[in-house]
Amino acid sequence: MELLEIVNNKLKEHFHGDIESAELLYDYPVFTIQKDRIHDVLKFLKEDEELNFHFLTDLCGMQTADEKHLGVIYHLHNMPKNYRIRLKTFFDINKPEVATATDLWPAANWMERETYDFFGVKFKGHPNLKRILNVDEMDIFPLRKEYPLEDQGRTDKKDEMFGR
Amino acid sequence: MSKKETTYSVNQEVIEEKEYSTLNLGPTHPATHGIFQNVLKMDGEIIHSAVPTIGYIHRAFEKLAERRPYAQITPITDRLNYCSSPINNMGWYMTVEKLLGAKIPKRAEYHRVIIMELSRIADHIICNSVIGVDTGAMTGFLYIFQWREKIYEIFEEICGARLTTNIGRIGGFDQEWSKKTWDLIDTFLKEYPKGLKEFSNLLERNKIFMDRTVNCGPISAEMALSYSFVGPNLRAAGVDYDVRVMNPYSSYEDFTFTVPVGTQGDTYDRFMVRQHEMWQSLSIIEQAIKKMPEGPMHADLPDFFLPPKEQVYNNMEALIYHFKIVMGETDIPKGEVYHCVEGGNGELGFYLISDGGRTPFRLHFRRPCFIYYQAYPEMVKGIMLSDAILTMSSMNVIAGELDA
Repeated sequence: MELLEIVNNKLKEHFHGDIESAELLYDYPVFTIQKDRIHDVLKFLKEDEELNFHFLTDLCGMQTADEKHLGVIYHLHNMPKNYRIRLKTFFDINKPEVATATDLWPAANWMERETYDFFGVKFKGHPNLKRILNVDEMDIFPLRKEYPLEDQGRTDKKDEMFGR
Repeated sequence: MSKKETTYSVNQEVIEEKEYSTLNLGPTHPATHGIFQNVLKMDGEIIHSAVPTIGYIHRAFEKLAERRPYAQITPITDRLNYCSSPINNMGWYMTVEKLLGAKIPKRAEYHRVIIMELSRIADHIICNSVIGVDTGAMTGFLYIFQWREKIYEIFEEICGARLTTNIGRIGGFDQEWSKKTWDLIDTFLKEYPKGLKEFSNLLERNKIFMDRTVNCGPISAEMALSYSFVGPNLRAAGVDYDVRVMNPYSSYEDFTFTVPVGTQGDTYDRFMVRQHEMWQSLSIIEQAIKKMPEGPMHADLPDFFLPPKEQVYNNMEALIYHFKIVMGETDIPKGEVYHCVEGGNGELGFYLISDGGRTPFRLHFRRPCFIYYQAYPEMVKGIMLSDAILTMSSMNVIAGELDA
């Protein structure tokens, strides 16, 4: 709870209005940031002396439940103080562009490529944004919800048969 | 397949003309222990640059998980880092338990600790003995690999599987461990120190081994952190980050152990950190057995434990639960959690978003290999090809975890 307030106060001071929400989900403080300012916020969090989130634990993509927005999720870590936070940013699925974090953490390179590979998020300024796990010729972004896992033509596995 | 590159001095006079040769290392090279491809640009035997290609055994785990009930995702986690599957299993269970808000009895947690430390030893045995093999010392590998077999026998006794274990349940274990399991663990604890000592004597202060590994593929602490290194590789560079200490899970706070750190971040340090971790793991297992509390083996989560067969046949309630569990019709509360455990390679994270249904809405694995393997081209720049092989095996890059 304390960490949520510390980070929230700092962010409010510098990025008033760009913070869409701040909440505590289980043990993690979670902040939703406007997509245009995400790079500035990450840079600030990394370079701020008190917070110093110097370690990028994880970066991944997601699609919202309404299927109209994509998101990128950052997990940051300050090891000496053991602060951990999660940042999210969402944008329209038809214009999936967000600034890269590779200039802050070289580790973001492959994680952003993976996000591009599976969700089609274009990271502006990324040095080598191409597919990483899937074949280069693939023309879809497989983790999007519009590509269901099983053949939807099948009739023997309809959800209503199972009372779902 | 060679390309000409010309270096000019300031006054545009040709001072050197050099030809680099391209070497395709992999995808299935016997020395890389897995399916890794690296296109190397070589200057004689020195590596000028490396371009890794990954994804050869990509199996779309994150997409698969979106159609599977929670209990059926465990076999997927087995196949991430298949050298220490039980740690992946336990990490996944703990993630779901966190989401459910389940309280796990101490006894089950201690059992988990024993399992996880055994598999950490198995993981480190593979990595360290393979470093030996890559330096040309086959003997250590042949001797110490029998202990990995003993660990697999213990797993087999507990759950019936050896490599991809699928061990335990969400909430704990399905039954008490048999007496034979405990006998096997006791024998292992008694005999393994001898085997490990023998292995240490063979390699740790061996002149040839040290000549090959000291200063081979070093990485500084700053660079390791910026590349999000974790686990033994980060500790070898001198950063004492261990999830078991930093964010204790599964009662790790009850045990006393030290976190070994290196200084140079080179192959030798990575080897030594893993060696010492094996001793620490042994001590943790001994402590867990000594302090083993009484109590139930699993949490009170009827949604995840098959009721006794007796009741299924005679009792409506039990029959319903049995059917629901087998068909995977258990709804999980809405929520969003991140949980990490110290895997064989470091912080293994599970980021889970649930929308309240029977399957996850989104599941992301933070796979340590995938993240730190991208520093490999940087680490092998300017070193010999044979040292690059050694660097890769000392980083313990596991293809299953790398490609998901």
